Amino acid sequence: MPEPILEVANLNVTFTTPDGMVHAVRDASFHIDESECLGVVGESGSGKSQLFLATIGLLAANGKATGSVKYRGREILSLSQPQLNKLRGSKITMIFQDPLTSLTPHMTVGAQIIESLRTHSGLPYGVAEKRAMEVLELVRIPEAARRMRQFPHELSGGMRQRVMIAMATACGPDLLIADEPTTALDVTVQAQILEIMRDLKTELKTAIVLVSHDMGVIAGIADRVQVMRNGDIVEAGPIDDIFYRPHHDYTKMLLDAMPRVDNPDRKGHASPAPTAKPDVLLSVDDLKVYFPVRGKGLFAKTKPLRAVDGVSFTLHQGETLGIVGESGCGKSTLARTVLTLLPKTDGTVVWMTRDLSQISQGDQRRLRKELQIVFQDPLASLDPRMTIGESIAEPLKMLEPGLSRDSVKARVREIMNQVGLEPGWINRYPHEFSGGQNQRVGIARAMVVKPRLVICDEAVSALDVSIQAQIIDLIVKLQADSGMSLIFISHDLSVVRQISHRVMVLYLGRVVEFADRETIYKDARHPYTKALISAVPIPDPKAERAKKRVRLSGDLPSPLDSRAQLAFLKSKLIDDFDAEQYRPKLIEVAPGHLVAEHDPV
Amino acid sequence: MSVATDRTVELMSRTLDVKGRSLWEDARRRLFRNRAAVVSIIVLGIIALLALVGPFLLAYPFDAQDYDVVSCAPDWWPDPAVLCYAGGSHWFGTDSVGRDLLVRTLYGARVSLAVGLIATLVSLIIGVAYGATAGYLGGRIDELMMRFVDVLYSIPYIFLVIILMVIFNRNFFLLFVAIGAVEWLTMSRIVRGQTLSIKQKEFIEAARASGVNGFGIITRHIIPNVFGPVIVYVTLTVPASILAESFLSFLGLGIQEPLTSWGVLISEGANQMETAPWMLIFPALFMAITLFCFNFIGDGLRDALDPKDR
Repeated sequence: MPEPILEVANLNVTFTTPDGMVHAVRDASFHIDESECLGVVGESGSGKSQLFLATIGLLAANGKATGSVKYRGREILSLSQPQLNKLRGSKITMIFQDPLTSLTPHMTVGAQIIESLRTHSGLPYGVAEKRAMEVLELVRIPEAARRMRQFPHELSGGMRQRVMIAMATACGPDLLIADEPTTALDVTVQAQILEIMRDLKTELKTAIVLVSHDMGVIAGIADRVQVMRNGDIVEAGPIDDIFYRPHHDYTKMLLDAMPRVDNPDRKGHASPAPTAKPDVLLSVDDLKVYFPVRGKGLFAKTKPLRAVDGVSFTLHQGETLGIVGESGCGKSTLARTVLTLLPKTDGTVVWMTRDLSQISQGDQRRLRKELQIVFQDPLASLDPRMTIGESIAEPLKMLEPGLSRDSVKARVREIMNQVGLEPGWINRYPHEFSGGQNQRVGIARAMVVKPRLVICDEAVSALDVSIQAQIIDLIVKLQADSGMSLIFISHDLSVVRQISHRVMVLYLGRVVEFADRETIYKDARHPYTKALISAVPIPDPKAERAKKRVRLSGDLPSPLDSRAQLAFLKSKLIDDFDAEQYRPKLIEVAPGHLVAEHDPV
Repeated sequence: MSVATDRTVELMSRTLDVKGRSLWEDARRRLFRNRAAVVSIIVLGIIALLALVGPFLLAYPFDAQDYDVVSCAPDWWPDPAVLCYAGGSHWFGTDSVGRDLLVRTLYGARVSLAVGLIATLVSLIIGVAYGATAGYLGGRIDELMMRFVDVLYSIPYIFLVIILMVIFNRNFFLLFVAIGAVEWLTMSRIVRGQTLSIKQKEFIEAARASGVNGFGIITRHIIPNVFGPVIVYVTLTVPASILAESFLSFLGLGIQEPLTSWGVLISEGANQMETAPWMLIFPALFMAITLFCFNFIGDGLRDALDPKDR
């Protein structure tokens, strides 16, 4: 057997904090062989990031690592920083979750890659420049020569992450450690990045450590997997063993908690109750929300950014509408406009029988009793200076002013009980809770006034998978109890599929496809929908390997570019940035199945 | 369930409620771990206590002149070349008209601390209200309100004080107005900046979605959250106000005799620095210690309220 590239034995990581010692990693032992991919799975706080930071000597100042880390038989845990620096960046490289903060903002992308090359291999400038171009092409950056002269902020998130990978592979490393490299990216971009990493593994024989919370991401690329929890490696083994024959309860739980885009109705998980009452609660017609954006130059004219550009839908009582789309597609703007938190530019929003834009501001505020929202970031959406009891009570006090103090308190306790919070925690503060508990507070705050429509704006996206599953179950249960309607906004198609009755796919402010949950996944017609669905990683290695991908080239274009709208209907395109373009119409291909016009694929 | 058992359950659950640990409590605990800040708080407390009760306990009224002991050193003064010794209980010596310097220093402390605290309070109230409103409303109103601040900033403040003094005669009250009028400008800027960043946070949107109106959002959500940086600035405004008052008094524009402040005392002491150094040393020492304490407390508060910055 060949010598492993990296061998870690009995590694312990501890942190000294004002609140005492924290044991981040306990007795970790593992190895990585030549040109293999080790997937490391765990939820937040499992110590998976700290384990690899400690391995390459990048722990924070209050951290301490003990044990043994051998790189090709040589002990590196005890090396001094200058010695480690020689190794890091050339033989062992690392990429992180947020590519913007890992790149220096004041240097061009090319200069940064060249600098790293010259530091580690001492190449002359011309050679380094050529090599930099090569690696940028290797990670499939179009127009590499032009990109070299751009600054990090001029590139999109996916592009930046590709630059990071290019930089990390420039010196021909033996080992690439990728810490949640795709977590901040859209699914289609994530699929592209994962493909690049897969190619690196096969073409350059680079060993890869892929740290992720997402079983689906791991399934497509890893050869071996280790599962971490609270600083311990609870299970490790070849990928098929972990996915098909898990031994540890935690691994089983993790696998079970993952929503699956290919199979929404699994045993033990909530699915939406069928709707019987066809009363239309909300109808949105040709809604447009434009934001004025100043052009370049002192006297430039403002031009509209079409965040939402002619969206229509109806929502029935007790129904869940899923809205899917990548970042910048206008899904959050749509939600906020429906809630009258943002002003609309054109179109109508009718709630029951009232046109929301025709009523006074005071009435709009009172209407919030019926329309509520749950936000993405549970901690950021709670006032840090208020107890959770005060936060939950706030909408009650505002929207039902007649209530006595005791009945407000009683209602708060009641709803806390319903969402699975201990009523005794009423006087505690958000920072004393975990993300999942805080999201329960957010749900309680929305539900306490007994609204008829709740909009969940990425409500589970910031949570760990196991918590995510619990929160989804909770939302479905609350819906079944109260008969409310839901608009469930997410970039995660598997979650949307599990919870929604009907699904609407948005692309740059316009609906590209609208159908019920079965149809849209089984019989997607629009190329964008197809690409989106096929990009979702499935936590099933065999299915993931067998999957055929529908690829979209490049990133999401700028919504200011009028041509972007017609990316799937090039035959009608006028090639001018500012031109008024043809608007693709929605065509009903089957009852209730709307597809935007597009060129045949 | 009967009413009585309902009541007991209610009472029990009330006692079972876990007391939360607010961010303020966290900050207080961190502050009390900071030795310099704790010592400063204690020293400042002692000075404030002395200023409050000291003049009642001492044998001399603050304005009683005694021409037998003009500019006399305290009995323990080590320099043998002094002209005379004050004798008795003039522990800090006497001034140029024979008043007891200890009682005047403590009296001066009263005035200086009062000016510092009241001027700061005035600037706090105006600055927070003005800054939070401008920041929350944003847009054109914000622009207008901030340009007004710019205009006020550009008025030379010594001239402003001199003009005020000439028009309204010398007046204790005018001092607060003059100092407060300058200090609130910076305060409103700080509060506005903080408000702008807090306004972007999701919990403000959540509050709007909960039906809270603009006034409620400013008072319940924005002001409590800007209080961290504001309180730090307050502890730095108090010494700045004390200094401003001393400066005005030093120029003869501030507190008038027989009332006194540290600024007045230092001004008098500076005139006789060579013959009677104690007249400068004692008030200057008190003032320096007080300013030091405020700055240390401000430092400690900043670390306590914003632990990530350390």
